[in-house]
Amino acid sequence: MTVTPNTSVDYDVTRIRADFPIFGRQVHGRDLAYLDSASTSQKPRAMLDAVTDFYSTSNANVHRGVYTLGIESTDAFEAARDAVAQLINAPSRREVIFTRNTTEALNLVAKTVGTERCGPGDVIVSTVLEHHANLVPWQVLAQQTGATLRFLDVDDQGNLQLDQLDAIAREGNVRIVAVTHQSNTLGVRPPVEALVRWARTQGALVVLDAAQTVPNRPVDVQALDVDFLAFSGHKTLAPTGIGVLWGREEVLAATQPFLTGGEMIRSVALDRTSWNTLPWKFEAGTPAYAEAVGLHAAIDYLQGVGLQAIDAHEHAITEYALGCLSEVPGLRVVGPPDAASRGGVVSFVLDDVHPHDIAEILDRHAVCVRAGHHCTQPLMQRLGHTATVRASFYLYTTTDEIDRLVVGLHDVRTVMGV
Amino acid sequence: MDDELYRENLMDHYRHPRNHGTLEHPDCEAEGKNPLCGDEVEIDVAVADGRISEIRFSGNGCAVSQAATSMLTELVAGLPVGEAAALPSQAIIDELGIPLSAMRVKCAVLGLGTLKVALHRGAGTPLPAEWGADEDELVWG
Repeated sequence: MTVTPNTSVDYDVTRIRADFPIFGRQVHGRDLAYLDSASTSQKPRAMLDAVTDFYSTSNANVHRGVYTLGIESTDAFEAARDAVAQLINAPSRREVIFTRNTTEALNLVAKTVGTERCGPGDVIVSTVLEHHANLVPWQVLAQQTGATLRFLDVDDQGNLQLDQLDAIAREGNVRIVAVTHQSNTLGVRPPVEALVRWARTQGALVVLDAAQTVPNRPVDVQALDVDFLAFSGHKTLAPTGIGVLWGREEVLAATQPFLTGGEMIRSVALDRTSWNTLPWKFEAGTPAYAEAVGLHAAIDYLQGVGLQAIDAHEHAITEYALGCLSEVPGLRVVGPPDAASRGGVVSFVLDDVHPHDIAEILDRHAVCVRAGHHCTQPLMQRLGHTATVRASFYLYTTTDEIDRLVVGLHDVRTVMGV
Repeated sequence: MDDELYRENLMDHYRHPRNHGTLEHPDCEAEGKNPLCGDEVEIDVAVADGRISEIRFSGNGCAVSQAATSMLTELVAGLPVGEAAALPSQAIIDELGIPLSAMRVKCAVLGLGTLKVALHRGAGTPLPAEWGADEDELVWG
């Protein structure tokens, strides 16, 4: 292959891989080439051990027990909140709300802040790049409130176009701008800074879907100057069932709760209830506290490796992958052709072979890729595809895995007779 | 490599689909699609003496969906309409003769479901509920 990955010599990917038990298993008699981290990440032993240890030694429901276990459990849960606040540089731990995942976090914003602040004559702005999770809640919100929903378009490579902003501003009061930090399908990173600056001139709130960026690079909510940010634990080396919504305290404080019952309550009479303070006001029912302990361990692991180093590694792998893939006859990358403005996600099509056929043949090589619309049907439609194959990378991805993807793709061409 | 899934028979049907095309005067027709993966088939059927006298299909999508529909047309040609309309999913899965994940069973039976829509539409009978037809058109997912 022509490209030599520019990974730092200090970055020992072999050693990192050894921390992930799943890479010890084989599929169809071969070692795993796991290229689907944009869907979910694999899990390091340190995180798995932290969850097992917690259940083995400290398990009790949080915020209730006055006994030792309950105190330990609550401390562990709240320490996870501090770890998240520190990870994303939140000004206050009160702004960190645990949810089930990114989707629930975005729905929370739409169904609380959104319904309170949007009505006829108001405008919600999103983009055609969005995952359904950052599109459908706004669609429903617009239908329910009578607000207008407008989508910023992309060019044929998926680069977000901002030329419609002035026209959109003339349509009404822009209340919410909901945008992804990085497309889960194309890997493209839209110009969030420019959008935030524009949103500020409109007095709009900015909701950032950071599911694809918190796992693999430094993300600072204060530097970004957004109002809400959502991400998922399971893409961040942590268990499923835990996600995070960060929101500006003054906005959250002025907003009614989402779900009711459990820790979000201060006191209840038969005819009225008063709400707990932030962040618990938005956490109804027993939270995923053991998963939060896992998220804490995952954050520790990521910070031990270094998010800057992970970002650099992913960039080098992406550059290497784009170079290798460009040599596969009939392969067309969907999205930006270079690694400059994108994260570790590459979507492609191969002649007219259906992506499901490609993914199924690659599975025989133990190469795990995603095939389909990647929960971005409007983007697929805009780019003229029904489906693509997507390979996505993370801190444990090796050039060997990319080489095996390429070998697999040559086999696809042979089997499918193209 | 162990090429179970893309066995020669399936690839032969995919590359050289049987009964491919359209009928000028079909007695019944239907279109089916799986928007989740973009598989599409259209089936035209001509009926004579209560039997399928001619059948044609067109479409695009993955190898499983197109090959299965091609095999289906050979399977049902000449069959009494009632028999073809009652053909179980397993018949086409057996015909493919390959292990299918749950996700790909939908690809495999897209053609059969579409044929059922066409035959029931032609006969004026309702499609059995388990085929989930929406507005007279088979749409999975």
